[in-house]
Formats: sequence, structure tokens, C-alpha cells
Amino acid sequence: MGLDSRWIELPSVHRRLLLFSVTAAALFCLLLLRLWYLQIINTEDYQERSVRNRTRVLPLEAPRGPIFDRNGRLLVGNRPAFGISVMRQDVENPQALLALLAQLLDINATTLEKRWQQGKGLPIYRPVVLAEDVPRQFAERVLEHNTDLPGVLVSVRPVREYLEKGSIAHVTGYLGEVTEAELSQDRGKNLQTGDVIGKVALEKTYEDFLRGTKGLRRVEVDVRGKLLRPLEIEAPQPGQRVFLTIQQELQQAANLAFGDNSGALVAMDVRTGEVLAMLSRPTYDPSLFARGIESQAWTELLRDPRHPLQNKAISGLYAPASTFKMMVALAALREDSGARRRVVDCDGSFELGEARFRCWKKDGHGRTDMIKALRESCDLWFYQVGLDLGIDKIAAIAREFGLGEVVGFPLAGENAGVVPSRAWKRQRFQAPWYGGETVIAAIGQGYVLVTPLQLAVMTAALANQGTLLKPQIVKRVEDWQGKVLQQTTPQILHQIEMPAAAWQTINDGLVAAVNEPHGTGSASRMAEVVVAGKTGTSQVVRRKSEEEEENQAGEEVPYEFRPHALFVAYAPADKPQIAVAIVVEHGRHGGGTAGPMAKAVFEAYFKAQSTDFTTLVLMEKEESD
Amino acid sequence: MFDRRLVLNFDWVLLLSVLLLVSAGIINLYSATANWATPGGAFYLKQIFWFSGGLGLMLLTSAFDYRHLEHYALHAYFLTIGLLLYVLLFGKTSMGATRWIHLGFFNLQPSELAKLVIILLLARIFGRTAKTLGYGLNDLWAPAVLLLIPFALILRQPDLGTALLLLFIAGSMLFFAGLQRQTFLTLVAAGLLALGGGWFMLHDYQRERVLTFLDPEADPLGSGYHIIQSKIAVGSGGFWGKGFMQGTQSQLSFLPERHTDFAFSVFAEEWGFSGSFLLLLTYLFLVVWGIYIARRAADRFGMFLAIGAVAMIFWHIIINLAMVIGLLPVVGVPLPLFSYGGTSMITTMIAIGLLMNVSMRRFMF
Repeated sequence: MGLDSRWIELPSVHRRLLLFSVTAAALFCLLLLRLWYLQIINTEDYQERSVRNRTRVLPLEAPRGPIFDRNGRLLVGNRPAFGISVMRQDVENPQALLALLAQLLDINATTLEKRWQQGKGLPIYRPVVLAEDVPRQFAERVLEHNTDLPGVLVSVRPVREYLEKGSIAHVTGYLGEVTEAELSQDRGKNLQTGDVIGKVALEKTYEDFLRGTKGLRRVEVDVRGKLLRPLEIEAPQPGQRVFLTIQQELQQAANLAFGDNSGALVAMDVRTGEVLAMLSRPTYDPSLFARGIESQAWTELLRDPRHPLQNKAISGLYAPASTFKMMVALAALREDSGARRRVVDCDGSFELGEARFRCWKKDGHGRTDMIKALRESCDLWFYQVGLDLGIDKIAAIAREFGLGEVVGFPLAGENAGVVPSRAWKRQRFQAPWYGGETVIAAIGQGYVLVTPLQLAVMTAALANQGTLLKPQIVKRVEDWQGKVLQQTTPQILHQIEMPAAAWQTINDGLVAAVNEPHGTGSASRMAEVVVAGKTGTSQVVRRKSEEEEENQAGEEVPYEFRPHALFVAYAPADKPQIAVAIVVEHGRHGGGTAGPMAKAVFEAYFKAQSTDFTTLVLMEKEESD
Repeated sequence: MFDRRLVLNFDWVLLLSVLLLVSAGIINLYSATANWATPGGAFYLKQIFWFSGGLGLMLLTSAFDYRHLEHYALHAYFLTIGLLLYVLLFGKTSMGATRWIHLGFFNLQPSELAKLVIILLLARIFGRTAKTLGYGLNDLWAPAVLLLIPFALILRQPDLGTALLLLFIAGSMLFFAGLQRQTFLTLVAAGLLALGGGWFMLHDYQRERVLTFLDPEADPLGSGYHIIQSKIAVGSGGFWGKGFMQGTQSQLSFLPERHTDFAFSVFAEEWGFSGSFLLLLTYLFLVVWGIYIARRAADRFGMFLAIGAVAMIFWHIIINLAMVIGLLPVVGVPLPLFSYGGTSMITTMIAIGLLMNVSMRRFMF
């Protein structure tokens, strides 16, 4: 340690010390610049990222909009379903917890265990659903034990409830879990896997109105996703309220009258085109689909030979049989105003070249005019008149009545049916039309095919003297404040021009069919109201020979060979309000099977009206008192 | 034996700035670890304990005349090399690195010791001979070899951060000693070459850290996570900060290692640019004050000792801060006096003690 070592060469050392200080200050300035960049210039970006870091969004399911009948009676609503879920973050001893829950819920512990294991894939801030739709008393039991069940939540979520069960299932439709394909479509927007969506009928067509807007719960989470506290709640908006044109009493009456039969029924207001009742049988319980139908039940529904999933009212195709005779009669009246008095001698059999066509009444009706032909449904009269008119004139009238075309009903699956003509046959079969084909078309057999809805539209147009109304099923859509979002008004598709006398003639014939002796529709006769109607018996298989028929007459014909029973009617005959069209598959005779069903619907309709009327009168009285 | 002048010359400014920084660190630590269940006492209490120990060591280090240290520099150096060798052979392995010798209540980290010893050794070498024209390559063989032995041993642990710090400290002291122009250029060239070659010698995790630094968003949940979360914390602090205990990044644990290496991120989030500015200013003051101590040193050895101690503290600060604000890759370097940790606290306080020693004895001749 000499003096040497203590000697400091001052100027250069001081220069370096200064350089060091300046360098240090410069580096600190660099750091401060960086901090300025992060904390002042880009702070908004980082603040947003820090918010995103710590917040998560939990969706809140919105109740679907309810569906009401025309008078505001609830048809499809929502009921609360109690679910048991658990926040994994709050559970210390899952085994004990699941065991206690299994005991309280009376569920197999392994089921809960499975759900618990599946839930481990979820982010920790999301509750794991252990049981869905448990009975209320079980949910209450869980709530009572909540101190022993840390982290367990009882949730209430809306589940679709179909109050009419299967009665109106084909109109309201059902829900199902949204598919990948639907998610990529426009109608799947704002939905996530696991959400439900309307699959058929109104639930599908009115999806945009019925589906509510999901709410959300924004929560704060930590780095492991552990939920710390709720930040805000946006309440879900329930879907809009859809009011149908359906009248619940009529629907129920029709449902009751139809019994276990297969087929379809449509009742319509002849002044507005509003469908008052629509059913298709057999039916299904739409609530089966609300929480995912089991595949076995689904397969059974699909394979059922009686097609319960199909809405036969709009897509079932049937030969209209004698209900088509009004078309022939009108074609004749348009051709010749004296056709009402046209007389054909019915001896039960009609010959055309080699072929022989028979009247349903073996011994014949004798001398028959148009009214008698309609009343007693004489086939021979229509064979002769139809043959004289030719198929194209019949077809023209039928088309004016909306047959052979879809009307644009708001439910998917509507069928157009067939109204045959020469042109149609040439195009369809590249074959000429034969006179014999006109003969059977004149009694609504052969190529002619219609849907029950078309029959109802046709019948309504007969009742209101030629105004072809578009059938409506939705009356209006309202929001929850009662503001009307959509309102349907009567829509005239076409005005059929006919002399007033022609309408009167058809009306007379149909009134006679129900109310006079020998009328085929007497089973629908009512005491207070005059009903006008026409029966039909639609052959399913061509009659093979007389002998066979003789043999079968005495015995039971197998179900699938029995003819369909049809009936169309309106009432009151003098000032029509309501029309019905009924097809009972394999129901044998139109009058006997379908007639009473029409009567039941009419009774319900006029009963409801008279009650309304009475209340109205009473109210007026009170006011005047 | 005890000189009254020592008390009169006690460097209160140095102690005060240290106290300021440590207090800020402890307050910050309280917030950073507030929602932790900590067996064996809260972190901020432990940090107070370490600081008390550090304060004792600082007083001890400044109590005797630093010139005695010059004599023992080589002894200390070889002892440290021995400990480093021992660590490599029998040390405690944790998180893929072997750095510690278990001493019951305390895990000794010889690489920390190496930083102090290299300061001591280089101060002794450079303090002895002053070169008017600066040092040439021929003069530097001995110090280079003496430096590279602990450097290599620490790199083997592996502890790239500490090894590089060793180089930074030595480099600063060397630069301060003065270099011939040619030597300076040669060293810079050699340094660049070593940087290139070093890339291939890096461990995978170290290489990944460098790549992550260059593009942290490439793997936001993996290796880029630390740096992204730290930048979010710092950036979201804004000008005024989110407030004490209000930093969501730290309170909700998005920020990793928030009590140790990333303690400054917590501070920057909760106190904002304003608080960070004041903290950085205090650090700068400490560094400049340290340089001032070197300037006033009574002899060359003392000056180099002070420069070495300041360089050590300074480079820790710069590397740590640059790391947490995304200017440097993530290397495990704590913020002196601020991050939680006994080892860092004690090493830093011994360095402060050396500064104090030099400062107190500036008039001793």
C-alpha cells in the first residue's frame, strides 16, 4: 500500500465519473420514456386488457315468448325448472358433498360423480350442472341444507311448457338443441351450442319473435378463473307474445271429438280466413323435445306408420271424394244457369264404352236433380254432368278455389295437391286424357288430391260466396308492454265470380244434405243452428270386383283398406261464420264418422259465442242500470 | 480505536435514500401479498426482518477500515471459488438450477458472494496501478482470467443473469479504470463475438426467454405470459395508478412473481407513472450519490470499491426494470432494496455498507 495507490489522477477521473453519472441518468431516462409509452400513451389499451383479464361473462337464459290463443288463453308457456349446480372453487370435499347431494336428490351418486368429472373441463368460474329439472321439493331440501353444501347453487331456469300437450302440437311445434348447421345460418346468430331453437311449425317460423334476448352476468375472476364477485347484471329480455287465431275451446272440442282417430281437422272463420282450430292425429307430446328427446322415443315417432310428426292438416294428401262434387256442380252452373234442374236418371250404374262405373247406392237414386245429387251424394249425376263438362272446366273452378296450389300458410310442409287437367296429364304422363278419368275425377277420386287445409279454404269460399281467403294462424304479436308488433289482417286471395243464384243452389244442396231426410250429412245436424255440409268417402284401394266387395261387406275390412271419411261444412247456413274440413283416415263413412266431429266443433263455437253474447248483454244492462 | 470522526462523517443521505426505497418496497410488498395465505408470517414482515439483518451487516461492513479488505481480497476470492465449486457438486437444486448451499435457516448463494468478491478483487487490481494512457490488453490477462473462472462456474449452475451481472460490474470497473483505444475496440469486438457464440451455448429455457422477449404474443399463455401480464399491469396503471391495494393485475394474481422480480409491476400498476417516476428518481439519486462517494473517496482502492458497489446496484436496477417493462428478456434479476428476498437484500446492503465505509473514511488521511 504505497502512496502510489492513493494517488488519484484528478481530471480524467472526474471526467469519467461525470460520464458515469450522465450514462446512468440517460439509462433512467430511457426507462422513463418506456414507462411514459406504456402508462400514458398506451394506457387505454392496457387498461382494456386488464379488464378483459379479470372479467368473464356468464349468460342468463331468456324465457321464450308465450303463445296464446285468440282470446289470450295460454297455450305454450314456460315453467321454472330447478337445477342443482356447484361452484367447484368452493368445494373442499367433493366426495362428501356429492354423497349428501345424492341422498337429498334421491339420485345415484355415480351420476353426480360423472357430471362432476365432466365439469372439470369447464372454466372454474362456471358452475357445474349436477342435476337438471329436479322436483321442487328436492330443490327446497337442498336449500334447507345449504350450510352443509358449500358451493352448491339452486338455479331456476325457464323450460318450455306445452299446456295443451299434444292437442295443438302440430301448430305450435317443438324446440330442440341448435345444430352446427343452424349455428352457421342467420337464424342461429347469438346462439351457442347447447341453446335451444324452434325446430318445426310456429316455434320455428316465429323464432325471431319468440326467442328472447339473453342477459348476462359479468363477474370478476382471478388468474385461475376463480369467481370473486359479480360486477353487473344485464337482465334477460323475454321473447315476444304471440297470439294465435286458434280458439282454445274449439281446439279442445275438436281434440275430444277426434278421439283416437287418425287424420286432420281444420276450422276456419269464413269472414277472415282465421284458423280457429287445427289438429292432426295421431300427435306427440312436444315437451318431449324441450330437453332433448331420447333416441328411442324419436325413432318410434319416426317409424310410426300413422305419421304422428306430420301435420296432416297442411301436408296430408287425400282424394277429396264427394266433397269435390261442389266443384263439378259450380262448373255446371257457370256453364248453364239452369243446371240446378238438370235431371239424371240414376239406376246405380253408368256405362262409358267398355267401362262400368257404379253409384255408391247400388239400386240407384232414380230421377235426380242437382239438389238431390248433393243431398244424397249421387255419383251417377256427377258422372254424367262431369263427362258433359269435360275435365278442364272442372279443373278451372277447382283451381279458383285454391285447390292444387299452396296458399302460403306460415307453417312449413304445405302440400299443393293435384287438380288434374288435360294439360296436366300430358305433362305428367305424356298421355292423353280419357273420358273415364273425368268420370272418376267428378266424384273426387282418381288423380285429385287435396289437403284438409285446402278443403277448409274451399268450404269457407263456398260459405262466403266466393271470397277465397288466405288462412291465417297468427293473429298478432305483442311485446310485454302490449305494443303490437305484427298484426294479421284478412287477405283475399281471389274473388270467384258466380251468379248469386249459383251460390244459393250449392247452399241449398249442402243444407239439404245435413237437414233433409236421406241427406248424407245428418250426423252433423244441430237443433239451434242450420248447418250446411257435404260428406265424402275416399277410396283407399280400387275396388277389385263385386264379389270381393260382397265378401267383405259382412266382415271387418282391415284397417289400412278402409276408406277415409271426409266431411266439410259451414254454419249457420244463412249467414256463415265458421267452416270445418275433416279427414278421418280409414274412418269408413264421411257422414257417420266425421259428421259428429264437425257438430262438436260447431257446438263449441256457438256456445262460446252465446256466452260471450250473454256477458255482453249483461254488461250492457249493468251499464244502463 | 473508534474514531469520533466516523460518526460525524456518517453518510445520512445514503442511509436515507436506502430507507426510502426499502420502505416503498415493503409497502408495495404488503399490497402484492395481501391476499396470500402465508405460513410463517407475512412477506412484508419477513422483508423487515431481512432489512434489519441487512442494516446490521451494512453497519458491520462500514465499521472497519475498508483498506483491510484489500489485503483479504484474494483469500475471499478463492473461498468463493471453492464455494461455487461446492455448489456445482453438492448444491441444492431448485427449479432446474443448482445455486444454493443449505445452511439450516438460510440458503447461501455463493454467486451473490461472487459479485462482491469480484468488486473487491478488481478494486485491488485497478487500485494499485494507475495507467495514464489506460490499460492495454497485456495488463488485462490476469483480471480476465480471475473474472472468467467464477463467470463460467455461475453459468454452469445455470444462472445467466448473475453471470452477466458479473461481466457488467467488471466491465464498468474496467471502463472506469481506463482503456487504451485499441484495447477498448478489441474488447467490444470480442464481446460481440461472444454474444453470437453464446447464443448456441444457451440453455433451451434461456433461448426461449430471449425469443419470447422478441415476440411475447407468440405464446401468450406459455413463455410470453410473464412479460405480457407485466406490461398490462404497468400500462393499465396510467398516470395516477389504480391506487394502493387496488391493482387488479396483482391482487387477482395475474402477475407472476409479483413479490420478487416483478414487484415493480405491482408498484407501477398501483401508483402509476407518477409513483414510478418518483421511485426511479430516488434510485437515480442513490446511484449518482454513490458515484459522488467514489469521487470523494480518499484513495484509488476506495474509489474503485465504491464504483464497483454502485455498478452492481445500478445494473441490477436497470436490468430488472427493463425486464418488467419489456425492454429486456426475462432474466431472474431482482430490484435491489425493493423486491422481496433475503439474498438480494443482504448482498445489496453489504454493497451499501462498502459505500458507507468509503464515504465515512473520506477524510481519513
